[in-house]
Amino acid sequence: MEAWFDAIADAARAAARGSELVLLWVVAERSDFVRFNHGRLRQAGSVMQRHVGLRLVDRGRQSSVGLELDGSRADRERIMAAVDDLRGIVAHLPEDPHLLVCTDPVSTLDIRRGDIPEATDLAARVTQAATGLDFVGFLASGVQCRGFANSLGQRNWHAIETFNLDWSVYLRADKAVKAQYAGFAWSDAEFGRRLDAARIDAERMTLPAERIEPGEYRTYLAPHAMHELMGLLAWGGFSARARAMQWSPLQRLGAGEQLSPHVTLAECLRDGTAPRFQADGFVRPEEVTLVDRGVFRQALVAPRTAREYGLEANGANGRESPESLVMSAGALPDESMLDAIGDGLYVGNLWYLNYSDRMSARVTGMTRFATFRVRRGRIAGPVEVMRFDDTLYRMLGNRLVDLTARRERILDTSTYSERSTDSALLPGALIDGLRFTL
Amino acid sequence: MPASHQGETSSPDRIRAHARGLRADVPFWSVRWYEQGTERIDVRNDVVEPVRRSIDRGAMVTAVVEGGVGYAATSDCSLAGLQGALDRATQWARTMQGRGVEGVTPEALGLAGRRGMAPPRGSLEHRRADLIDLLRAECAAARIDDRVVERHLAIEMRKVTSLIVSSDGADIEQSFHHVLPSVQVIAAANGISQARTWDHAQQGGIETLAQAAFAGQARIVADEALQLVAAPNCPDGRMDLLLAPDQMMLQIHESIGHPLELDRILGDERNYAGTSFVTPDMFGHYRYGSPLLNVTFDPTVAGELATYAFDDEGAEARKVWLIRDGLLERPLGGRLSQQRSGLPGTANARACGWNRPPIDRMANINVEPGASSFDEMVRSVRRGVYMRTNTSWSIDDSRNKFQFGCEVGQLIEDGQLKGLVRNPNYRGISATFWRNLRMVGAPGTMACHGTLYCGKGEPNQVITVGHAAPPCLFGEVDVFGGAS
Repeated sequence: MEAWFDAIADAARAAARGSELVLLWVVAERSDFVRFNHGRLRQAGSVMQRHVGLRLVDRGRQSSVGLELDGSRADRERIMAAVDDLRGIVAHLPEDPHLLVCTDPVSTLDIRRGDIPEATDLAARVTQAATGLDFVGFLASGVQCRGFANSLGQRNWHAIETFNLDWSVYLRADKAVKAQYAGFAWSDAEFGRRLDAARIDAERMTLPAERIEPGEYRTYLAPHAMHELMGLLAWGGFSARARAMQWSPLQRLGAGEQLSPHVTLAECLRDGTAPRFQADGFVRPEEVTLVDRGVFRQALVAPRTAREYGLEANGANGRESPESLVMSAGALPDESMLDAIGDGLYVGNLWYLNYSDRMSARVTGMTRFATFRVRRGRIAGPVEVMRFDDTLYRMLGNRLVDLTARRERILDTSTYSERSTDSALLPGALIDGLRFTL
Repeated sequence: MPASHQGETSSPDRIRAHARGLRADVPFWSVRWYEQGTERIDVRNDVVEPVRRSIDRGAMVTAVVEGGVGYAATSDCSLAGLQGALDRATQWARTMQGRGVEGVTPEALGLAGRRGMAPPRGSLEHRRADLIDLLRAECAAARIDDRVVERHLAIEMRKVTSLIVSSDGADIEQSFHHVLPSVQVIAAANGISQARTWDHAQQGGIETLAQAAFAGQARIVADEALQLVAAPNCPDGRMDLLLAPDQMMLQIHESIGHPLELDRILGDERNYAGTSFVTPDMFGHYRYGSPLLNVTFDPTVAGELATYAFDDEGAEARKVWLIRDGLLERPLGGRLSQQRSGLPGTANARACGWNRPPIDRMANINVEPGASSFDEMVRSVRRGVYMRTNTSWSIDDSRNKFQFGCEVGQLIEDGQLKGLVRNPNYRGISATFWRNLRMVGAPGTMACHGTLYCGKGEPNQVITVGHAAPPCLFGEVDVFGGAS
C-alpha cells in the first residue's frame, strides 16, 4: 500500500497549479471478516478498499471529492482528472472564512507490522477452540492504513496490521459473557487462556437470575462498561464546536457543575493505534488534557472550529471526538472489588446509551452481558437486564467512590465504512447509588 | 454527481462483460456491483461550507458451495480484480464447509436466471448555484432572534446504481435517487438549550424539495426551538401518549422492526446488535399488539426510502403482512435465513454498499392506517402528551425495555392541545406497549418517514429504512421530562 500511496501523493503534487494547494487523505485497508454463531462460521469474507479524499484549495476557496481507487497505475490519472473537476467547481464557490489547513509540512511514518495467521486458518482455529460452546462473535484482521499528503510535499503514513476478535459465550436466552482478544501478534495459547476465562465467567451465569427493583444501587462499572459511557460522551462531549453551539452534554462542566477529583481524561496518542496526524495535515500533539481532576481543561479543537471561533487548534479530527481516550487510574484493587461493592451490582457491559436530557448530561442505557447481583461481597446471581437513567455529574461526580488501579486497553471494534483505529485506556468505576428505572 | 474516472473498468456493461470472463469451480457465484454518487451542500450560520462530493464504487463477489458461502469485495473492478475476488470468495466458501451454519446450499442462494431492471424516480439535474441560494435564503430566514445560536441547513443528493449478475444467468439492475434536505436550529437562553430539526427522507429527484415544502421550513423550525427554550419541562406520570408519524418512525423501527429480524432471532447478532424477545414459536399466534395494530413489509410504496424491486441477493420484493389485527404473522428474513429457520420471510437481504455482505434488514416497515381522525384522538385524551420528532433512543438487546425521547411535547388536557413542553421522554416494554394501542390515524393522516442511519451487523453497516405511519394513541404510558 505504501508504494501506491507514494504514487498518488506524487500525482496530487503534480496536479497543483500556481496558487493551488491539493490535499489527499487516504483510508485504506485489506481486511478479513469472519462471523461466528453457535460456535460455527456464519459469514466470512475479505474486503480490499482504497478510499481517497481529495481537496483543492485556492485563494480561500475549497472543494473536495471522495474517490474509491483500485490500486492500479490508472489511479494517478484519476487523481489528475479529479483535481481538474474540482478546479471547475472551486472557481464558482464563495470564499470559505473557516478554512484552515496545514501549510507547514511535517512528514511522519508509522508502520507496525503484525504476526497474524492467515484468516482462513485463524477462522478454523477459532471454531476448533470454541467446540462445545455457544460461541458467537466477530473476527476482523488485516492491514489498516491512513495517509495524508499535500502538494507542498508533506507525507504522513500510518499502517498497522492488527486483529480484533470480539466474542460472547451464551448460556441461555440473553445470559452471556463477553470477551475480546486484540492486538498485533496472535497467540493460540493466549486465546485459549481468554476462552477458558470466559468459560469460567459463564459458569457464574448458571446461577438463578435475579430481577431487581428500580432504585439506587451501589454499582461497579467494569472497563468495557466505562467504554460505552465514554463512547456516548465522545458524541459532542469533548467538542469545542459543540460547546460554542451551546449543545455540548458537558456544557455545564466548569459552569456550575464539576466531576469527581478522581476523574482525569486526556486524548493521548501514546501506545494507541490511531494515526498521529489528521485530515487537514496537522500533526497531532501527544497528549491533550480534557478534564483534570474533575475540572474542565480544554476541548478538542479542529482547525475549522479554531478559525470559526478564534480558538487554537489542537490536532482534533473534524468530528472533535477522541480517538485515543485515556482515563487516569484510581486506587481500587480489582481483587477486592466484590467486597468494595458489598451489596449492589457488578456491571460487565452497558448497551445502547443515549441522552435522556442532553444539557443535564443525563444518560440512559441498559445493562448487558455479565451483570451480577452482589450481596455481602459475593456474587448472588446474574441480573435480568436493567435500565439506568442518571446524570454524569452524579455518576462521575459526587457519587463516584473511586476508579480501579488496573486499566484496560480496549481496541475499538467499530467497522462502519472501515475498521476503526480508535482505542481507549480505561479503569473500572465504583458508583454509590446509580439510578435504575426499568 | 462527481465523475470517478473509472469508466474504463467499472460500469454495468463492463461488469457484465467481465463476469462472462470469470473462471470458477463452484456451483454458484454472483457479482454485485454498486456505485453511489453523493453531493452535499451545507450552509451553517450563513456560511457556505465546502461542497462535498464522493463516488463510492466497487464489487462484491460471492461464491457458494454445498455447506459454504464466502465473499470478497474489491474496488478493483477489472477482470483481474474480479477474478481475484472470486478466487478469495471460493477459498472462504471452502473454509466454511463442515464448519458453517446449516442451510447454505447453491440452490438456496441461486437466482435461476432472474432478470430485472428498475429505474430511479425523478431527476437529479440541478444548478448548484440555485441550491446554494436556496439554502442561504432559508438559513437567513431562521435568524429570527438572538437566542437562535445555530442554524444549519443542508441538501444531500445521492444516486445509487446496483447490478447483480450470476453464474446462473441473473441480471438485475436497479437505480435510486435521493434528495435529502435537512434543517437544524439550536436556541439557547438562561442555560437552557433546545434543538429542533426537520428532514425529508424519501426517494426522488430534485422535485422532492418542492413536494416536501422545504422552502419556509427553517423559520418554522427556529420558531419552535425558541418556544421550547421558554417551555416548561414535560410532566412526569402515567398518561396517554399520542405519537406523531415522525416519532412512530422510531417506535416501529426499534420495537417492531428489529425484534422481527430473523437473523437476530437465529442468534447471528447476539454479539453486537442483540437478540430478540421474539422466538420462532410465536409466529402465527402471538399477540403483538391490540387488534388495531397492522404492520406490513412494503417495498412497493412509491417514494418511500427503502422501496426497491429486488433485494441485494436478487430476491423479488413484494408487500407482506408482518402483524395483522395485532397477531404476529411472519419475520423479516431473506432467503438464507428462511432456509435456516424453516419460516417464511421477506426480500430483505440488504447490504449498505459494495464492501459489506447482505444481511437481514428492515426495508419499509409500515403501520397500516386505522379509522380515527387526529382531532378524534386528541378529543379522547383527558391527560396526555403529544410527542413529535425523535431525539433519543435506547432499547435493550432483546428489543424489549425501551426509553425514547422527542424534541417537542405538547400537553393534551381534557381533549384539547395545550402548550409545548421540553425534554419529553417515555419508557415502556415492547411486549406490552403495543397492546395499549388505543387509536390509529385514518389514511389521510399517514406520513412517510425513515432513517438513513440504521446500524447493525459485523462488519458494521448503516442502511436506509422507511417507516410510514399515521399518528397513534397509546394508553397508560410512563412519561417524564428532563432534569430540572
